[in-house]
Amino acid sequence: MKRDYCLDIRHLTRVEGHANISITVKEGKLLDARWAVVETPRFFEVMVKGMSAERVPFLTSRICGICSISHALASIRALERAMKIEPPVVAETTRLLAMHGETLQSHALHLFFLVAPDFTGDGSVLPLITSHPDLVKAGLRIKELGNEISTVSAGRCTHPVSLVVGGLSKAPEKQQLLKLRTMILESKPALDTACSFFRTLKIPEFKRETEFISLCNGSRYPSIGGSIISTDGVKRDENEYLLMTNEYSRDFSTSKFTRLSRESSVAGALARFNNNYDLLHPKAKEAAASFAFQPVCHNPFMNNIAQLIECVHILEDARELIDSLLDMELQDIKTPYSPKAGSATGAVEAPRGILYHHMETSDEGKVIRADCVIPTTQNNANIGYDLSAIAEQALQEGKNDREIEKLCEMVVRSYDPCISCSVH
Amino acid sequence: MKHWGFTFEKLKIASFDFTCCEGCQLQLANRESTLIDFLELLDIRNFRELSSEQFDDYDIALIEGSISRQDEVERLQAIRRQAKTLIAFGTCACFGGVNSLKNKFPLNESVAEVYPGMQVETMAVRKISDLVKVDLSIPGCPVNKEEVERLMVNLATGSQVTLPKHPVCFECKAQLNTCLFELGEICLGPITRGGCNAVCTTGKTPCLGCRGPSEEINMPAFVELVKERELSLDDLQEKIAFYNAFEGFSNHEA
Repeated sequence: MKRDYCLDIRHLTRVEGHANISITVKEGKLLDARWAVVETPRFFEVMVKGMSAERVPFLTSRICGICSISHALASIRALERAMKIEPPVVAETTRLLAMHGETLQSHALHLFFLVAPDFTGDGSVLPLITSHPDLVKAGLRIKELGNEISTVSAGRCTHPVSLVVGGLSKAPEKQQLLKLRTMILESKPALDTACSFFRTLKIPEFKRETEFISLCNGSRYPSIGGSIISTDGVKRDENEYLLMTNEYSRDFSTSKFTRLSRESSVAGALARFNNNYDLLHPKAKEAAASFAFQPVCHNPFMNNIAQLIECVHILEDARELIDSLLDMELQDIKTPYSPKAGSATGAVEAPRGILYHHMETSDEGKVIRADCVIPTTQNNANIGYDLSAIAEQALQEGKNDREIEKLCEMVVRSYDPCISCSVH
Repeated sequence: MKHWGFTFEKLKIASFDFTCCEGCQLQLANRESTLIDFLELLDIRNFRELSSEQFDDYDIALIEGSISRQDEVERLQAIRRQAKTLIAFGTCACFGGVNSLKNKFPLNESVAEVYPGMQVETMAVRKISDLVKVDLSIPGCPVNKEEVERLMVNLATGSQVTLPKHPVCFECKAQLNTCLFELGEICLGPITRGGCNAVCTTGKTPCLGCRGPSEEINMPAFVELVKERELSLDDLQEKIAFYNAFEGFSNHEA
């Protein structure tokens, strides 16, 4: 059983961005397992310097093509807190809806386009169009619904147009909200189809204890703002993000790393599920029970299922948010403000985990310093440790080279890494 | 194959991303209701983000992003050697995009600020046509999927491939929007190429010119308009610089 094995994946496929996996085994002993992000850095924290605060969310949304709404809202929240601006209730409710839309499309893209082919043994979603037509249609339906929710609430699904400092530049129209409400109700069968499919899958058995970090605001499943909590019992204020992240660099990766109580930690759907299970909609808890899925779960592959459970939660909660918007006068949408010097953190739960933007403004309302800590950055270290552990487990189980390679790819994909985002 | 009444060969297409957010590539997976029909048009040979099946026998290469590292230059040149039609896909590829804002700052200071104590390779951001010949440009931040679908159908059927010549204002007026200038905002709609359905201005957010200049723009007259209305020239400058899409037009005098 003393084998040599070398895995060298350059530019892993079916993930957002460019990164490599390498594993070296000599005489049956694991020497090295590495997750190396090689994406080109863009330097957004430099670009924003000197820009007017009102323009900055339009720039930072361009950090990511998948979670642009989260980036816009993290900047907006940081800038509103820095300049002491209270957005109106209509804006706050609409923003929560926009976040739901983004998370739904992001989870659907990940689950159906990137993850499902691993379980059906295909290279992409394309063969599934003929082999699993109902599943693909269901996935497209959920993704379309997510994009439609974002378009109605933020003006556009990628790079939002109406989310602005102070509130909204334009309120959603009630007629659109009513149509959206119908679309949500009509999409439930698609989500049932998806859940049935995922229940048939054999999720790899693997467990490595780690620390899960997410936002927590006590009354709602986390989305925009709140305190930061971990499964190791840490709890801190949003503005203390530096103490929660402890960001550091390694020379083999253009994406950074973070740590809290252990060598590594996790952000994302599984972290939110583990920390905030009680705040999920009863329908989402029911769905979780059908997978025998309970907190605290330490199997990274279950992040996929956590995303699916969040889709169930979102369909229920988005309808409730729409109902409350339909009961409001959608007139007061933006709080007038004058520029102010200040600094604050805006934290949101992006689809892949906590996204922190810290912004410092001048008297004239220009941004003079910015810092962004991205969810995937918070997962990089954990991905590395998981790769080591899963490679070792697979070697002990006598898996062949191809099986080990596939497991390694799958464990990375289960984190849904957003690599170009993490190398902003 | 037959599609929408036309007989043609599927487009052997590949999609590659460089310094960018990958948002334009992702638009290809949007407009879900027409997606399966749209995919019928394409023989996807290489698309790392969505498929593990990768081949190098493509005819059309979509290039997303701008160029800011030497390995990207080499990768781009290799793609140019293979592709019969190379398409600059999105604002970053066409103009440099928001990434170009980095060029205002000294590279070593940017690296020292973001990666203190670490060597990180980076260079001034360039658009695709600064490095290789571009056969077609599809601007937009992000690209408009509806327009992409139309252009792909035209490519597949051998029809003429053109972008609208009119400015965003035409499309904005058609939506019966109140002009943002009337609301005291500088909007780049009058000088920016249409084709986006005026999505930003319809959301009451000023156009920042992601689609670049429309045909025959009159920049001096536009600057005069801003001055006449006593709007901020700094604000104008910030907007024009946002996507680097008005290179050669932006030397207006305050």
